[in-house]
Amino acid sequence: MMKKLSPVIEWFTLLFCTGTVLSFLVVILYDLVVKGWSTLSWRFITALPTQGMTRGGILPAITGTITLTLVTALVAVPLGIGCAVYLNEYAPDNWMTRLIRGSIRNLSGVPSIIYGLFGLALFVQGMGMGTSMIAAGLTLGLLSLPYIISTTEEALRRIPASTREAALGIGATQFESIRDVVLPSALPGILTGVVLTLSRAAGETAPILFTGVAFYITGSSGFLNQEFMALPYHLYMLSTQHQSIEEVRPLAYGTALVLIIVVFLLNLTAFYIRYKHSNND
Amino acid sequence: MKLAARERLDKLVKLVFRTTGLLVIMILGGILVMLLWNTFAFFLHVKPVDFVTGTQWNPVGHKARYGMLPLLVSTALVTLGAMAIAIPLGIGTAAFISEYAGKKLRNILKPLIEMLAAVPSVAIGFLGIVIVGPGIASITNQANGLNALNGAILLAIMALPTIITVTEDALQALPQTYREASYGVGASRWQTVRKVVIPAAAPGIIAAVMLGAGRAIGETMTVLMATGNASAFPKGFFHSVRTITATIAIEMGEVPYQTTHYYALFAIAAVLFLITLLVNLAGEYFVNRYRKYQVA
Repeated sequence: MMKKLSPVIEWFTLLFCTGTVLSFLVVILYDLVVKGWSTLSWRFITALPTQGMTRGGILPAITGTITLTLVTALVAVPLGIGCAVYLNEYAPDNWMTRLIRGSIRNLSGVPSIIYGLFGLALFVQGMGMGTSMIAAGLTLGLLSLPYIISTTEEALRRIPASTREAALGIGATQFESIRDVVLPSALPGILTGVVLTLSRAAGETAPILFTGVAFYITGSSGFLNQEFMALPYHLYMLSTQHQSIEEVRPLAYGTALVLIIVVFLLNLTAFYIRYKHSNND
Repeated sequence: MKLAARERLDKLVKLVFRTTGLLVIMILGGILVMLLWNTFAFFLHVKPVDFVTGTQWNPVGHKARYGMLPLLVSTALVTLGAMAIAIPLGIGTAAFISEYAGKKLRNILKPLIEMLAAVPSVAIGFLGIVIVGPGIASITNQANGLNALNGAILLAIMALPTIITVTEDALQALPQTYREASYGVGASRWQTVRKVVIPAAAPGIIAAVMLGAGRAIGETMTVLMATGNASAFPKGFFHSVRTITATIAIEMGEVPYQTTHYYALFAIAAVLFLITLLVNLAGEYFVNRYRKYQVA
């Protein structure tokens, strides 16, 4: 009897583990959707906050997060792709290349709050940018760099050597081969990595704490040299620092829901690009 | 374009690409220099012995104290708690996905795990305030559930996707012949998983745990929101704690530039950097070990 039963018990043990992990995701999504849905309205995402954040919408936080993500992309994407191209296409196997690879692996493990300190010391104070959109964008750009490099390099590695040799064989220089042949064929893979990295950057809070984010600004965010509002920070402030926390709880739920929708939309875009590409192979 | 011009462009572009590579080294070097420089400045004001062995962190008191032990113990407490939750769940889930689930189920489960990884830390911290906190409070009859246990549960959620993904990779990397040999001598699937697959994939699983722990140690927003941030010496899982990351997040916004307190925050950041570096290096060492077996 026991012998027949034990495979079932074992199977259920593992299923229980998996179920528990998935239940975390379900609880997060269910709670945010159920309690945030009533707050969500056209007005909520297009209006300015009013009456000390207890009424109105979160438009400045949304535009702030979008602009911040664009600045991050402008910093990290060209540098990241450039570095990945160098490592995969040019770099000789020497100590310098190993040092670059070691640095990238290290950087991807550095806690995000330390990037925040680095941004504060280098951009805000060292370069005199002050707490601003550009300082925060540069900080998030540095944080995103290692992820973009490794995903881009992986995409480049999948392009067969024969593709490059064909281009070089008909007389292209190495740069022309990379620009016209290698990068276009690796584009879907690169894009997937970039979008996933940006979705992570959009939800980051710790690196922007001291580099430019503000709880309240007048007008809408978007100027590079000014402080800005951002969705993750807004959620943090509404749920822990506001003087009437219970009163603004619905607004916090609404903000959390908008944030998670933004992040998941970016993720779905990445999944879609990857899915389409994997079908073409 | 003439050939000479094309070749000049080719050389120039190579130089540009190379510069981006060097930039990466400079960023890591810059972070190191910044941490060391400010830590050094801190040690001009406070003795290193007091910093390392002090049991009180109170930079704004009448007599400022910069003992980092309470912060270190807080970070260790929530991280160990998170690992105690995440390791069994993570290995179990990875074993289920890799060894029990069919291809169809696996293609559903893996994106769901990726979705869990994509949830921003601030949203998980919010969950700690509105769900985990009240839950703990009602079970333990406390005023609120903002304590080390809450932080540990949330950090487990943050670390789980890393642990599951890396463990699953390690299990998949094992040659099928291991499993076939085990079935061949009459072992059941469960015996194969427990006695053959998991021990053989041990380096990969240790790597997964290390990388997951690295993520948990460096996490800021979830612990900042969920652990209550009392700066007293931590007393246990049901008491409020304040980790290294949370301390930096709370105090950096308020300290005047280039004061002892300012330098002190860089000094604890340097300690945090060192810990995550060691944990990640250990993880990487074990990743390389299982890769080596794979080639052989």
